[in-house]
Amino acid sequence: MRSIWKVLLVVMLVGLVGLLVAGCSKKQAAQPQPPQLPQYKVASEIDYPPLEFRDTSGNVTGYDIDLMNAIGKVEGFQPVYQDMNFDGIIAAVEANSVDIGLSAFTITPDRQKMVDFSMPYYRSGLILAVSKNNNGIKSIDDLKGKTIAAQIGTTGYDRAKEVPGATVKPFDHIPEALLDVKSGDAAALINDLPVSAYYVNQSPNDYKLVGDTLDSEYYGIVVAKNKPQILQQINDGLNKLKASGEFATIYKKWYGRDPEPYLPGQPPQ
Amino acid sequence: MDVVFQNLHFLFAGALETIKLTVIAVSLGIILGLFAGMGRLSTAKSIRLIATCYIDFFRGTPLLVQIFIVYFGFPQLISEAQAFLFTHLGIGQAAASTNIPPFLAAIIALSLNSGAYVGEIFRAGIQSIEKGQREAALSLGMTPRQAMYHVILPQAFRVVVPPLGNEFIAMLKDTSLLIVIGYIELTRQGQILDATYFKPFQIFISVAFLYLIMTFSVSRLVDFTERRLSVHVHHQD
Repeated sequence: MRSIWKVLLVVMLVGLVGLLVAGCSKKQAAQPQPPQLPQYKVASEIDYPPLEFRDTSGNVTGYDIDLMNAIGKVEGFQPVYQDMNFDGIIAAVEANSVDIGLSAFTITPDRQKMVDFSMPYYRSGLILAVSKNNNGIKSIDDLKGKTIAAQIGTTGYDRAKEVPGATVKPFDHIPEALLDVKSGDAAALINDLPVSAYYVNQSPNDYKLVGDTLDSEYYGIVVAKNKPQILQQINDGLNKLKASGEFATIYKKWYGRDPEPYLPGQPPQ
Repeated sequence: MDVVFQNLHFLFAGALETIKLTVIAVSLGIILGLFAGMGRLSTAKSIRLIATCYIDFFRGTPLLVQIFIVYFGFPQLISEAQAFLFTHLGIGQAAASTNIPPFLAAIIALSLNSGAYVGEIFRAGIQSIEKGQREAALSLGMTPRQAMYHVILPQAFRVVVPPLGNEFIAMLKDTSLLIVIGYIELTRQGQILDATYFKPFQIFISVAFLYLIMTFSVSRLVDFTERRLSVHVHHQD
């Protein structure tokens, strides 16, 4: 018996040493470049494809990310991404813990009281996602008295709370909210169209989208009210990318179609 | 602080939910733990093995992961098992939906977890009673079972009150992990308010204070029980 424990101990020690060696060599492989550009901390909930997510090798990517990297390039700063729960980002920006909030933020009057927004850079809307075999829900009116899943702090959550008699289940992340729809505890998920569409395309046997978008929403980049120079840089950068055509290229890469002609910028009234 | 005072009823509702979950989970945990703790001390090897596996698994893995397994994992397991039974044995579906309601999933995960900790508390409590007590009971003609129920367990109970209080307090705080399955308890109520009003300091300090009121009450209750029990023993001496 005792020799078995000895062998186990040796195996564990060897494993630990191996891990340490691997960890060290990895650090050496990634030589840190001397930072010439000012670094801006960008908070994002990196769980929101196709706007911000991790690719299969773990790199942060997405429409928002490409756009921010491009703005950094033309305006001379380096964005450093920080993964954060969506409901904490506005507070983090307001407290100056981070410089920029970039997480598919819909521009709303409530949020504008706390932070500043860049010009709109994406037109979105809320949509219902239901389980594939659920044929009882055709529109938001069918959700009265039902359980609705939503992500905490989102416009989808606010909209769900307006449904009469409905119970709203708040989740931290969309994947868990969708699982709840799949398992049947929640009748539907109310969330932004591009993200729900992405997930439905990934698992067409589990989910489907229902009806039209409930509204029109515009995404903006979030900056603290006491950092107008950063807001200026972002808006300038967006204008430059629009003029050079790079904005349209990035948009087309992620959505497969051309952006609305007024983007980035205010929608026509 | 106006934000907090205007929305205090939300926080109270959340605190009530937290208390409800903790009381049910720890109560079931004590029942499970009694079996697990006695199982660990059983003379039958198979029972000892089962109890040890149970305790090692639930104490050795994060509660958060256990919650994920119960709420998101079990429904998948059940539906796959049903599909298997149907295709291979022709047994129809027992239930139309494999969904586990959040409250049930929460109670299952929390009480299984609590049971593992309480099991170790009981085992340690029973083992802390001097061997001489058991030997004396046996020499008086008691069966081993009588010795356990009339001599050892009553004394062990006094020893396990403080660690049981600890477990209760730990579980009270751990219920906040249930936010991952959309369960609305105290911490989540705070997050919902924060997502609406963007006043994290005022809101979360109030949430913390409500937890403190609850844990403080439990500590005092444990102190009181301990004092009562020790007086009781003193009289017997």
